[in-house]
Amino acid sequence: MQILMAWRNIWRNPKRTGIILVAVVIGAWTMLAFSALSRGMMASTLENALNTLTGHIQIQNALFREDPSVENRITHPASVAQLLEQNLPKGALWAFRIQVNGVAANAGNSQGITIMGIDPEKEPQLSFYGDVTPKGKLLTPGDDHAIVVGEALLGNFETKIGRKLVLMTQDTNLETASRAFKIKGTFKAEMQSTEKQYVFITLGAAQALLGIKDGVSLACVRLPDSAGMDSQGLNKVLGSVRQNLPRDLCALTWMDLLPLLKGYLGMFDRFMLLWYLVIFIAMAFGLVNTMLMAVLERTREFGLLKALGLKPAKIIINVLLECIILLMTGLVVGNLLGLLTLYLFSGGIDMAFMAQGSEFWGMGRMVVPFFTLKDICYVNAVIMGLGVLVCLYPAIKAARITPVEAMARV
Amino acid sequence: MLMAWRNIQRNPRRTILTIMAIAFACVLLIFMLSLQIGTYEIMIDTSVKTRTGHIQVLKQGYNTDHKIRQAIKVPADIARTLYQTPHITTISFRSNAFALLSSSLRTSGGFITGINPEEEVKISSVAQTIRKGRYLTPSDTNAAVVGSLLAKNLKIDIGDELVVLGSAMDGSIAATVLQVTGIFSSGMDQYDRTAIQIPLHHFQETFVMGRAVHEIIITCDSLWHVGRVKSAISENLSQPGTQPGLVCMSWDELTPGLIQSIQMDLGGGLIFYAILLVMVAFSIMNTFVMAVFERTKEFGTLMAIGAGPWRLSRVLILESGFLTLCGIVLGILAGCILTLWVGHTGIPMGEAEGMMRQYGIPGLLRPKLTLATAFAGPAAVFLITIVTALYPAVKVHGIKPVEAMRAV
Repeated sequence: MQILMAWRNIWRNPKRTGIILVAVVIGAWTMLAFSALSRGMMASTLENALNTLTGHIQIQNALFREDPSVENRITHPASVAQLLEQNLPKGALWAFRIQVNGVAANAGNSQGITIMGIDPEKEPQLSFYGDVTPKGKLLTPGDDHAIVVGEALLGNFETKIGRKLVLMTQDTNLETASRAFKIKGTFKAEMQSTEKQYVFITLGAAQALLGIKDGVSLACVRLPDSAGMDSQGLNKVLGSVRQNLPRDLCALTWMDLLPLLKGYLGMFDRFMLLWYLVIFIAMAFGLVNTMLMAVLERTREFGLLKALGLKPAKIIINVLLECIILLMTGLVVGNLLGLLTLYLFSGGIDMAFMAQGSEFWGMGRMVVPFFTLKDICYVNAVIMGLGVLVCLYPAIKAARITPVEAMARV
Repeated sequence: MLMAWRNIQRNPRRTILTIMAIAFACVLLIFMLSLQIGTYEIMIDTSVKTRTGHIQVLKQGYNTDHKIRQAIKVPADIARTLYQTPHITTISFRSNAFALLSSSLRTSGGFITGINPEEEVKISSVAQTIRKGRYLTPSDTNAAVVGSLLAKNLKIDIGDELVVLGSAMDGSIAATVLQVTGIFSSGMDQYDRTAIQIPLHHFQETFVMGRAVHEIIITCDSLWHVGRVKSAISENLSQPGTQPGLVCMSWDELTPGLIQSIQMDLGGGLIFYAILLVMVAFSIMNTFVMAVFERTKEFGTLMAIGAGPWRLSRVLILESGFLTLCGIVLGILAGCILTLWVGHTGIPMGEAEGMMRQYGIPGLLRPKLTLATAFAGPAAVFLITIVTALYPAVKVHGIKPVEAMRAV
């Protein structure tokens, strides 16, 4: 009965209702669309960072992070391998790596790079290394004189597949170790700087170059699906691993390894809420205004209702019901529009036209907008909750109308 | 006039709400725009001061390849013509090379820049960011200032020796021993991790460059003159008789990532503002539309006693104009006060500070109020409200006196 009354009251002035409905729809829609786009950008940034040789979890020497040199290595990788095999969930991938800074040089050029010694069989699934191979081939087991470099590095060194490249670095005796490798293939990464920074050789070749026998720098773990995306999932995996880890090693998650990114993601949620609020306030002025007008032009009517014995609380509920129906209609349409937008852009937005700009922010080239259930809930809760809150003002105004005054007015 | 003013006061609550909506939009636009512009200026400034300078003259392709052979053979000739170009404040030469740096404990790759200490102090902020020791002086020979993160990686301190091993311009091996005199921390992590500066003459000796340099760094008296100075220099370089293959590039071409990321951020901001404006437009549209409909009867009467529809339109436009102006004036005042106050105190970035530093943004964000940021937002608000207000003003033409007077 009350709902019916509210519904009829709303449509007494279709033009006014229409305008405010459009405002609510646009509000909800833009909130969703904007958060979907931003979330897509964040996901792209995160995926890009994880793919750039970070992975979800790394097992490394406790001193390696502070001082990534060859002295701080895992000296007995066999026990770590056994530990990981036993404790990782099904579907998780992992591989050993050697990571040292060095210099690459050929006849005419030299440049600082990071030498990555990798497991040729396992690495392609773990990082960007296996994604695209524009020229040549990737490393195979036992390929101890071959090297795979970034597509951009090839140009920097004025060289091509099949030519030689000399790597220099510091071995365990603090002596300079150097060795020539033959360029076997190239890799392509999202960012040019990545292509110029990393060169890949086999684990065996790196161990021989550094003179560290079977030592490795770290073990990189990639968890299946979304298990590694939040600290809960990570802790579940880490719990058992950490207990059995030798004392001089530590297990680090991407949140430890990329604290900046974690801070950024945290800030992002707060920023989104702020953005919802700003849009809402702009909308709220119109909403309150409309409801206020709707109430004030019915002063006589409310006076009459009160004179007939309607309690103030009932009047408040009545006005709020009108407001809720308005908001609900607007939200339903807004959400549908938001989903439609998402569907239209589900193929992803190509950021290539801004490649260097997005590279500056560490973002991938493709951004696929998406939102989580939490986002939809947030958007609707903000509009609904705060909407009802601000509508209390006209509602109370209506409830305060006294019959005598109201009926005396024309 | 008077009529319009009185009409506004007929419904004070509605009027106040509408004015507040407009003012809110103005405040927000002024503040956000100022914040963005302020941040961009700092980002550009940091990048220009620590690295690129406003304009550089260099061999074509050097900015992407950084090959030691792409050098300017006789820089002094070019410098002479540059000194005659107006708006240029300082000119300095730089040479760069990649080399292997070894301390007694560690070896790491580094980017060595040869500089003229005297001029460099005027154009670059590195001298002011020395954390330990001192900056280079013209009398130094084998001295070096080292980035803080690089120093940490190499485990070196003031007075320690550093062995440099690289390839010289003629392809031979370049080697020298440097003594660390200072450690700087520019705030840009990537630069601090790789950079080392030594005196230019020592650099030229070590890398067998003769008198050649890689970059001529130019600073102008203001960011706004960069374009003009650049075209003047380009014209000079294209004249016959100058060394071939030289180009002149401004800071935005030298760091395309910076300008694109700014454009991207600004683009995102503009979408944000457009959405906000549309929301505000719909919010206040009701006020204007209702102002007509609830007065249909009144307008009918007015028309019946001889008021033309144009006159009514004028009254309506005046009404909305009043409202908008009130809101905008209020908004500009509040917005400017807020911006100036925050500009004075700054916004601390808390835990995000490290991340911001990566992009060359310091820990405190300060919005910068300029004439443009103070009025661009309100102007947009004014435009969109006037467009909104036009709708009822046109609508009033359709009112027929007889029907209107019968309406409730």
